[in-house]
Amino acid sequence: MSEIVLVIGKIFLMVGLAFDLLGCIGLVRLPDVYNRLQASTKCVTLGTCFILFGTFLLSDFLWKSILAIVFIVMSSPTGAHAIAHAAHRSGIKLWEKSVVDKLKEDKK
Amino acid sequence: MMTNIPLIFSLPLIICCFLCLYRVFRGPTPADRIVAVDILGILVVGFCALFTIFTPRKFFMDIGIAWAVLGFIGALALAKYLEGKGFDE
Repeated sequence: MSEIVLVIGKIFLMVGLAFDLLGCIGLVRLPDVYNRLQASTKCVTLGTCFILFGTFLLSDFLWKSILAIVFIVMSSPTGAHAIAHAAHRSGIKLWEKSVVDKLKEDKK
Repeated sequence: MMTNIPLIFSLPLIICCFLCLYRVFRGPTPADRIVAVDILGILVVGFCALFTIFTPRKFFMDIGIAWAVLGFIGALALAKYLEGKGFDE
């Protein structure tokens, strides 16, 4: 039973690291502030939640890692939304191939 | 051949930190730099989780929780700064 839990924890750890790496590649490769924010925040939040759940399984069911998952899931998308709204209000342009800007249409 | 398991597990996170630092260095707008610093704060929580697994000290998870909360407050403060408002509005 304990062996199975350790193997599942290591698999969770590897999946989380893959998500983190893909999110940071998106942070470097995408063309625009909003695209970068979208890709990197969602991927890195999910990947870190997987890493923390792997920590919960690998280190004798440490309940504080579940608390850290709850904090990150609540706080990280809120901060990303605040940054995106502030970037739009401070007048940063979208990528020239973007097709829709609903917030600008709402403000008219 | 000796394999260093903690180094292998933390190598992707180190690469992620260098990619974030590249975006902080190169970012054309201030919002890019703020996004990269926010992501770097979440990656530090992942590092604290790895330290909790691979060292016998379990207090690193407390540091991770505190870092998550403080990173959230820092992101909100930087967003208000980017918007051009004062901190008391």
